[in-house]
Amino acid sequence: MVHFTPLSALAGGLLIGTGATLLLGLNGRIAGVSGVLGGLMPPVGGWRTQAWRVAFLLGLVLGAGAWVAMVGAHPLPRTGFPIAVLVVSGLLVGYGTGISGGCTSGHGVCGLARLSVRSLVAVALFLGTAIITTGVARHVLRIIP
Amino acid sequence: MSEQAQAVGTPPTVPNAQPELFQLGAALLAGVVFGVGLALAQMTDPNKVLAFLDVTGGAWDASLLFVLGGAAGLSFATFWWLRTRSAPLLDVRFHFPTLTAIDRRLVLGSILFGIGWGLAGYCPGPAIASISLGNGELWWFLPSLVLGAWWARRASK
Repeated sequence: MVHFTPLSALAGGLLIGTGATLLLGLNGRIAGVSGVLGGLMPPVGGWRTQAWRVAFLLGLVLGAGAWVAMVGAHPLPRTGFPIAVLVVSGLLVGYGTGISGGCTSGHGVCGLARLSVRSLVAVALFLGTAIITTGVARHVLRIIP
Repeated sequence: MSEQAQAVGTPPTVPNAQPELFQLGAALLAGVVFGVGLALAQMTDPNKVLAFLDVTGGAWDASLLFVLGGAAGLSFATFWWLRTRSAPLLDVRFHFPTLTAIDRRLVLGSILFGIGWGLAGYCPGPAIASISLGNGELWWFLPSLVLGAWWARRASK
């Protein structure tokens, strides 16, 4: 049921880049979601100076929700996925992006856009590891569908 | 914040008072555009992400490359232009990352993130954006993500 969708992918990518551009051009901030979230734990300098982080994350939720509500062309949520895998995955994603200082948006989109070598290394590592992990988990260990 | 801004010369678009309020609106707008992009690109569908990561599965979906290419490509151009400016519109300076070291934390963290991403198909942005899509998996994934991130913050002190 999965199809190659280059046009909507490219259009979506351009919008993601536009969002990152807005945050940098207006607020001078890098739109790296793990970094935006991590800055709230705890909000150094108080909530007043860190509230923009909540606003950005809220925007993500509202934007995705509004798009799907208006256009409706979104696959149904996945069901029956093993809960233990979700929990382990969440811990690894949270911890890993926390100590490496970025995720697909921070190191991926913004880091690559800044031609950061540190981010390039991060992207190569997490992309390579993710490809190996999905292959092994799905076809060797068979712990995910 | 406002005293500091006036001392350095407040950007003309925020004459006085409450620059935080403008920044809140700007962050919300940036987030909305970013979130629409994630949903349009279907990055909020973990199966689609796994179909990209599963290169040996026989049904490889290369869409994610177009997402990353479009986002990073556009940002490369706009960031380059923005860096020729002295400050963003609503703040007195750009807050660029200062770390450049390729150290153990970067390598280990990226590998751990890759394992987590490859297992379930969620990275932080799409996972948070999906809150509005009625996805029951997030009840398990998101608290774990927050706990992991909190743990990393704690370990770095």
